[in-house]
Amino acid sequence: MRELNKELYRKLYLVRRAEEKICVHYPEDDMKTPMHMSFGEEAVVVGVCHALGDAGQVFGTYRSHAAFIAKTEDTDEFFSELYAKETSSLKGKGGSMHLCSPRHGFMGTSAIVASHLSVAAGAAFANKRQKNGKIVAAFFGDGAVDEGVFWESLNAACLMKLPVIFVCEDNGFAVHTPATARRGYASLPRVVSTFDCHVFESDSTDVEVVHALAADALQRMRKEEKPCFMNLKYYRYLEHVGINYDFEAGYRPRNEFEQWYEKDPVRVQRAKLLRLGVGEDELLRIEAEVDAKVSRSVALAQQAPLSHCSEAHNGVFKCDR
Amino acid sequence: MPKMNMVQAINLALKEEMERDPDVVLLGEDVGKNGGVFRITEGLHSLFGAERVMDTPLAESGLVGAAIGMAVYGLKPVAEIQFMGFIYPAVDQIFSHAARIRSRSRGRFTCPLVIRTPYGVGIKSPELHSESSEALFCHMPGIKVVVPSSPFAAKGLLTSAIRDPDPVLFLESTRLYRLVKEEVPEGEYTLPLGKARVVQEGKEITVIAWGSMLHKALQAVDGYDAEVIDPMTLRPFDEETILSSVKKTGRVVIIQEAPKTGGFGAELSATIAEDAMLHLKGPVLRVAGCDAALPLARLEDAYMPSVERMRRAFDGIMKY
Repeated sequence: MRELNKELYRKLYLVRRAEEKICVHYPEDDMKTPMHMSFGEEAVVVGVCHALGDAGQVFGTYRSHAAFIAKTEDTDEFFSELYAKETSSLKGKGGSMHLCSPRHGFMGTSAIVASHLSVAAGAAFANKRQKNGKIVAAFFGDGAVDEGVFWESLNAACLMKLPVIFVCEDNGFAVHTPATARRGYASLPRVVSTFDCHVFESDSTDVEVVHALAADALQRMRKEEKPCFMNLKYYRYLEHVGINYDFEAGYRPRNEFEQWYEKDPVRVQRAKLLRLGVGEDELLRIEAEVDAKVSRSVALAQQAPLSHCSEAHNGVFKCDR
Repeated sequence: MPKMNMVQAINLALKEEMERDPDVVLLGEDVGKNGGVFRITEGLHSLFGAERVMDTPLAESGLVGAAIGMAVYGLKPVAEIQFMGFIYPAVDQIFSHAARIRSRSRGRFTCPLVIRTPYGVGIKSPELHSESSEALFCHMPGIKVVVPSSPFAAKGLLTSAIRDPDPVLFLESTRLYRLVKEEVPEGEYTLPLGKARVVQEGKEITVIAWGSMLHKALQAVDGYDAEVIDPMTLRPFDEETILSSVKKTGRVVIIQEAPKTGGFGAELSATIAEDAMLHLKGPVLRVAGCDAALPLARLEDAYMPSVERMRRAFDGIMKY
């Protein structure tokens, strides 16, 4: 259990550190891509991705820094893409919002909320037909549930018994509008539970709890072939897009954030490790390794040449170079 | 060689490709047991089973999105949209994902998807059942747009479209489905995407028309020394064949069923102006549908390019 908790902490810390580096360097204006930050959702994403494992496939949204790093740990690729450098395999054509890394099972992300859910269902169909045993996890925000295609995809996945987990990263806001102002129903999990799927919910910021829940979901899926729906609450620390707090915008009070920040996922997990008898020196060693990895990735990305301007024309059809 | 109409030719192309490649799957509303609105998939459900010929929920965005997922992650889906006007809910999926997943992933993902849909007038039903909105899709980089004008072309082009590594929108004229019969070989043959066909040679006017308009144009050119070109693929279109004909005749009339403004004819006209201006004897003319939603059947003839309107354009351009 200690080893699992250490590994989960390492991933949480890696996600957090990478995003903190963005906050340091973004004002230099060399990363020219809008940033939708993951601060606050680390436990949700790391818990699910770690349970899913290397063989699983992940689809994400425009807010997928955490998912990309949790699934791939490839911070070299991450920063070189944010800086739009030649060394990125996407050559600066994806940016923060359209990250992908097929070799790591990170299948792609979309800026149109919910539009990727039917694509994820299609991928799950392909996996099922190919009998390769792969399970798809599709992340989306609670705002995506307002879109028709969320319901189309959920319905199709339940009807066809597809191996897909729909993971609602529920931060309670569609940009600035709270769920209560958007929904003609009280409880999303209750509505979804009328579909033929397994439903799970949690508001924990403890990555171990989320991991256990996701592992349970995967086990039930393997036993009884049905999709899963997970409603995982978290609190978005920063503004919808950008690297700042936005409590002055008036749509949410600072004390709401402070209550959640009391149980910040990174701090919660660190305190737990200390309680479990992991020494401070060992934690410092894990953190130092992560710090070095992230700093190295940022430096490599900064030094690399910009993607060539001819890339603007490439890749539209197969015949292109 | 058997004579077939376009419905039979498309059905045969689907059947042969499904026999050849187990990754080819069909999906759409009522395409399974029922065989589809226009009977295109008739018999395929019983031949290949519900696993490969799937009736989907009535949800165009969901079904096209799922087809994109299938295509990107290992299968070769052919999705049917019942009428072109019903594709609009799925445009989000087509534009946001299918068109750009190759570019976005820098070639790591490809999307070998075909979306088939009947387009244009033909069943005397207004607007959304008779749309010709091909220009919308031609505008979006990353999608190929194919319009066959005969059973032979339909089979060869659809086979190529299914084997193509990129997403293809395959537009089938409802009016042509059962209008023309011609000899269509059984067994494999392909027609390349992006290649036009010179349907008839001539020296004085280049007439460009696709889909069902080609047949009306062929009636209209009787008595004129016209070269008639069927682009067959609108995106990417065969500039070379079109420009070399224009350079020969110096006169161009483009015929399209779609509304005039911003239609695909405008793109052809602009390309000709850019690359063959000095060869032109007069203005590039367009004969097109009206800038309005397609009306009820009683007004359909007023809306559609008629043989008379085409001949007025030919006479007009021959004055130069």
